[in-house]
Amino acid sequence: MAHLPVSEIQLADHFGPHLAYARGVRLECGVEPDKLVKTHCCFCGQQCGIQLKVKGNEVIGFEPWEEFPFNRGMLCPKGVKRYLQDSHPDRLTTALMRDPREPGGFRRTPYTDAIQATADAIAKLQSEHGSSAFAMLSGASLTTEKTYLMGKFARVCLKTPYIDYNGRLCMVSAGAANKKAFGIDRAANPWSDIIGTEVVWISGANVAECAPITTNYVWQAREQGAKIIVVDPRITPLARTCDLFLPVKPGRDIALFNGVLHLMIQNDWIDHKFIETHTVGFEAVAESVQSWTPAKTAEVTGIAERSIRQAAEWWGQASTSFLMHARGIEHHSHGVQNVLGAINIVLASGRIGRPQCGYATITGQANGQGGREHGQKCDQLPGMRDLSNPEHRAHIARIWDVSPDDLPGPGVDAYEIFRKIDQGEIRGLLSICFNPVVSLPDNDFIARMLDKLDFYVAIDFFLNDSAQHADIVLPGSLQEEDEGTVTQIEGRVIRINQAVDPPGDARQDWRIIQDIAAALKRPHGFTFTEPREIFDELRRASQGGIADYSGITYEKIEQQFGVFWPCPSEDHPGTLRLFEKGSDNPIARGNGPFYFPDGKARFNQADYTPPKEDVDAEFPIILTTGRVVSQFLSGTQTRRIGPLVDQYPEPRLEIHPQLAARLQIADGDWTTITSRRGEITLLALVVKSIRPDTVFIPYHWAGPLSVNRITIAAQDPISKIPEYKVCAVRLTKAAAPPDGRFERTASGLASNGKGGRSA
Amino acid sequence: MSVPESLFFFLDPNRCIGCESCVQACSECDTHKGHSMIHLERVNRYESPQTIPVVCMHCDSPTCAEVCPADAIKRTEDGVVQTARKPRCIACSNCVLACPFGVPKMNTDYELMMKCDMCYDRTSEGKRPMCATVCPSQALFFGTHAEIQALRPRSRSLNTFQFGRQTIHTKVQMMVPREAPVMHIDVAAAWHDPQGEDEQDDPMLSAALFELPVLSN
Repeated sequence: MAHLPVSEIQLADHFGPHLAYARGVRLECGVEPDKLVKTHCCFCGQQCGIQLKVKGNEVIGFEPWEEFPFNRGMLCPKGVKRYLQDSHPDRLTTALMRDPREPGGFRRTPYTDAIQATADAIAKLQSEHGSSAFAMLSGASLTTEKTYLMGKFARVCLKTPYIDYNGRLCMVSAGAANKKAFGIDRAANPWSDIIGTEVVWISGANVAECAPITTNYVWQAREQGAKIIVVDPRITPLARTCDLFLPVKPGRDIALFNGVLHLMIQNDWIDHKFIETHTVGFEAVAESVQSWTPAKTAEVTGIAERSIRQAAEWWGQASTSFLMHARGIEHHSHGVQNVLGAINIVLASGRIGRPQCGYATITGQANGQGGREHGQKCDQLPGMRDLSNPEHRAHIARIWDVSPDDLPGPGVDAYEIFRKIDQGEIRGLLSICFNPVVSLPDNDFIARMLDKLDFYVAIDFFLNDSAQHADIVLPGSLQEEDEGTVTQIEGRVIRINQAVDPPGDARQDWRIIQDIAAALKRPHGFTFTEPREIFDELRRASQGGIADYSGITYEKIEQQFGVFWPCPSEDHPGTLRLFEKGSDNPIARGNGPFYFPDGKARFNQADYTPPKEDVDAEFPIILTTGRVVSQFLSGTQTRRIGPLVDQYPEPRLEIHPQLAARLQIADGDWTTITSRRGEITLLALVVKSIRPDTVFIPYHWAGPLSVNRITIAAQDPISKIPEYKVCAVRLTKAAAPPDGRFERTASGLASNGKGGRSA
Repeated sequence: MSVPESLFFFLDPNRCIGCESCVQACSECDTHKGHSMIHLERVNRYESPQTIPVVCMHCDSPTCAEVCPADAIKRTEDGVVQTARKPRCIACSNCVLACPFGVPKMNTDYELMMKCDMCYDRTSEGKRPMCATVCPSQALFFGTHAEIQALRPRSRSLNTFQFGRQTIHTKVQMMVPREAPVMHIDVAAAWHDPQGEDEQDDPMLSAALFELPVLSN
């Protein structure tokens, strides 16, 4: 099989992205909804509470949910307009089979035929090439029930080791580093601990655009006297009014953390008692940062020495603090090292495990936290158990009623799955909630690999850019069409409530998976009748594990506005804050607050190494990527919501005036950005808010607007996160708009034709 | 019912992050669905990401109403200046031109000046205006003076503005730094002077300036 069934233009005409705006009953004033459904936003990891207005079988708007304690009614523009994804004209309401004779490239197919065809193709492929020739890619926007089922389906039904998920592109560096340092991977504190601290340190997190509600927590901390330190190559909207801005050169975060630790030690701004009682490994780390003098740190990080000294002084002398980071330090070929560097300055301060003494990674996806706990990760079993640990395998095998020997071993990360397609080891793929053609780096390679597959089935609610390469597309469910739980940014397990039924032949994703299992004649373990049953099995599977959900019930979640895990019994209220004095955990068993047998946290040496692809004479400029507030991930949903597209229609290249002047690029010029992988041409946005050696492009777009065509597929050796935040490029002013630009715009593929609104 | 006397709308531009949640949410308000009565100003994107949400300030003596030749703009007893009355509005745009804050907009489809009515449908039922409810940074806040004083000890609220010789008192309160004096700025002080701009003079970035890499082109 090769290439898209029909041209991109034809696909776009049939399947979008078309832009939805409020029409009909959604525009009428004074309409009484049939019901208001209390649930959560379908987008980022904050999972703001929201009430959906439902009339008939349609979400017609929203009403703020002011009682939900995390966001108290606050919403970002994505949450406000999310209802427009429901009843969308691009919505898939039947199964589709690839058919180049059809004008849109796909033939509508009865659902049961498509399921049977999927099962037949999987069975044939696995009988000819072995079980491991079939792989699965899953996602962290699914409910925890679904992520649990995906892991179980891969290991029990398909018997393949090859399942991984798009959390691989998200916070796995943080997860891996948290496990190394604390033995557990969860935000250590609730967000309420941000307020009342003396210092809030934010590294590599564009809070205002990627976790907008968190802004109010930071601003409120500032009102009450906190100093805000922001480390970022760009003056983000939150950095604009911080107390200290450290414009770090992309890829140099470890150097900064080491430099700060150096000053903390030199000035004795460390908590000796805490280090002695609750940690191991400090001496070696202290020795490793000896060479990180302020002068050297300034030279490597590109931050003024006096700013580094100021940051160390505020951080070192504080009695309370909260350190947060996100993809800015995690999306690196040394992402785990970056996070370990951050954790080292937290541990040295002794400020963790108490009110107003906090540390957290800001998860990105809806279920970024829950999605990494219960087994869709390539090396993991439910409850954050380890697929290579015999005891863990035995426990889960018992729950699943299979022999431990029948469980496959650990698989490989999402990118490696594509390399195995290249090598011919993997020949079939099922994807859900993952759009690798947009979201993985060097994505021309990804598109070629999808085309190389013998068989590719995608489950989705819109025909996303990757599903366009599929043989069969099964119509899945939007978040509002199903129920279940997700675990948000703070580690709080919350309830997603169903508002409407899936339209036409569309099905709840877990039903589709079970239908495939039934058609494969391997239904054992896949006969759940509702998400609650899946959750109850998940609770048992997680029992005794680190991410212990056994005491969480749907009812308790509603009564308490969520339950923080671990929650090991039904009479346990949940764990608001990790590592509190006297808190128990199944690993330390009373020896201390951290999740190791001795109860002590680990300092880990974090040595600086430059990015995989540093600048040189040929590619002299650093490219970094990220998000904008009105779009989300690969844009499958948000590129179809008119008001959000209008807010920021297409990616712009952010460039400092000094660099722009040297290259004779003016604001609004078409500019070609070239890396060793390829090139894209975008409009320049000349702004002083970025380092002069760095350019920035947001990544939510497909095809000619996709920055991931030129990013590098370098990965962190431990977490396997790709290095989205640094690669080397060169820039040239383009003589004309890129080819096909206006045809694309006319078909609605790229933009609404309004142009940007900036500068 | 009307907006309760104890509740005020506070605007805190320092907190604005430019997310446009207010703009998007305003168009979901049940009295003017599909039309946002807020716009977001990017002060100077070249210089800074600073943004300011522009909402109706609800003047005690509204200039928009004073210049209306058709007497179409009314201020209700609770101090809220309303959208022009449809039977009277002649769509002349006098109000649009005259408002010192740049708030009213002419909806040419309806031939009607439309503007913020402080979410009459919501505030009259004891709810907060849509924009202030959703605002992720709480740059828009709706509550009592006591609440905002407790939440924002470093700021104070102002509701007197000077435009030339015109002094305007507004219902909406602007949050400003507690200690800073009120300045009435001479327009010439903010005049654009191309000679006066120096790109090196960027305190945040220049603090960390370094040798630029060798460029190949």
